[in-house]
Amino acid sequence: MMQPFIHLAGVRKSYRRGRQEHLAISDATFDVMPGELVSLVGPSGCGKSTLLKVLAGLLPHDGGEAKIGSSEHPFDPSRDVGMVFQAPLLLKWRRILDNVLLPAEILGLPQKESSERARGLLALVGLAGYEDKYPYELSGGMQQRAAIARALVHDPKLVLMDEPFGALDALTREKMNLELLRIWKEAGKTIVFVTHGISEAVFLGSRVVVLTAGPARMADNFPIDLPYPRTLDMKTHERFGEYTRRIYKLLGME
Amino acid sequence: MTETAQRYVLAIVAHLALLLAWYLFVALGNVPKFVMPSPQATLDALLQPNYNWWTNISVTATEIFGGYFLALAGGVALALAFTWSKTMEAFFMPLLVSLNMIPKVALGPLIIVWFKYGVFPNTIMAFSICVFPILLTTARGLREVEPELLDLVRSLKGTRWQLFTKIQLPGSLPYIFAGMKVAAILAVAGAIVGEFLGSDKGLGYLMLQVQVTLDTPAMFMAVILITLIGMLLYGLVLAFERLLVVKDARVE
Repeated sequence: MMQPFIHLAGVRKSYRRGRQEHLAISDATFDVMPGELVSLVGPSGCGKSTLLKVLAGLLPHDGGEAKIGSSEHPFDPSRDVGMVFQAPLLLKWRRILDNVLLPAEILGLPQKESSERARGLLALVGLAGYEDKYPYELSGGMQQRAAIARALVHDPKLVLMDEPFGALDALTREKMNLELLRIWKEAGKTIVFVTHGISEAVFLGSRVVVLTAGPARMADNFPIDLPYPRTLDMKTHERFGEYTRRIYKLLGME
Repeated sequence: MTETAQRYVLAIVAHLALLLAWYLFVALGNVPKFVMPSPQATLDALLQPNYNWWTNISVTATEIFGGYFLALAGGVALALAFTWSKTMEAFFMPLLVSLNMIPKVALGPLIIVWFKYGVFPNTIMAFSICVFPILLTTARGLREVEPELLDLVRSLKGTRWQLFTKIQLPGSLPYIFAGMKVAAILAVAGAIVGEFLGSDKGLGYLMLQVQVTLDTPAMFMAVILITLIGMLLYGLVLAFERLLVVKDARVE
């Protein structure tokens, strides 16, 4: 049997605010297989972003077990994490190619190879020809594509995405969902995708982890049995509706 | 004509129009020369050899540029020091904000007591008046790093130095230039006030000398020359900003 790439068992994380202890995550338990795209869905304040930071190694967890990597897929926490945020956060003073190269520079990867790789990734995300543009010359959706290329440039095994399409308009967002699935297929990365869009979570994920707020708690974790490549008309499938209803119910919105 | 070219032409026309209005006002209004000289009379003031225009220009320019670059170096260096230590920032920043409230002009008599009069104290005057805007905007620019960008660097185990050179410093450049533009205007005022308070050379000093003899054309000329020095400094700052800061990142 294949070993999971991410193994979380009873992971807890709390913040101390003054005298009060605020529980951000209580008992996160789920596995992610290598190459899987897992959606983490829940309302704001449910600890999704905190969990992502724990996975990125930016925050220590207080309890439970969090293991990333397996014998077949070893994980180096300093160079195997790519991150995409809600805002593209491109550096305004750098051209797109140099923006994509930032992680490679920080890691001190060889310049020439990284540069070639960055060009390839820009082509992959549909930005061929924009290498020498500045961020302000690109639309919001295009900037986010560049941010995705940046998250892939150092060839990380794990890509963490924190509501990456949350700031885009609805149509661009649907388009970016399809693009992300294509990029995921081509790049073959394990992706943890945080969102509060229920339909987005179901549409993208091979598995959905549902978190609820107040107190932060893991509510469910189930595979999405819809074939890839996914198409927009799947959103009208009965099974798609069942999945979204299941999540709505868990979030107490029914 | 492109929009930019049109803007340049309009700017030049506006300046010429002011000159023309000045000329017409003096010529048609029969204004006495000691109240307001004509453009021609003002220009003629340059022919007075005993006013030592070149010496005075170079002295004033030295004070302005000297004070300005001292302030630039000192302000940026202090701001950098603050970003390396939170304690230092928490200790010094409130103090500097308070010190910034001192009207620097009021320090003039003290500066003369401490440094006598001449080029050096006037340079100090220009320095003291323009160091704060540079320091405060630079410190702000260095602080303005999106927390997620910090996460990104930390997730790659980037060093403090990498964060500084790749993100903080280039990110703060637009702010530094915003402060430099404000300071460029203040530096001129600082140097001239210094010359008014006590000096034996410079355009400000010359103005006080010719005031006694009611040589208004020379005073006009001095003001124009001071303005030109200020414009030169400001122009240099703008040129460097264009060179170093990407259009979108500029802080107006």
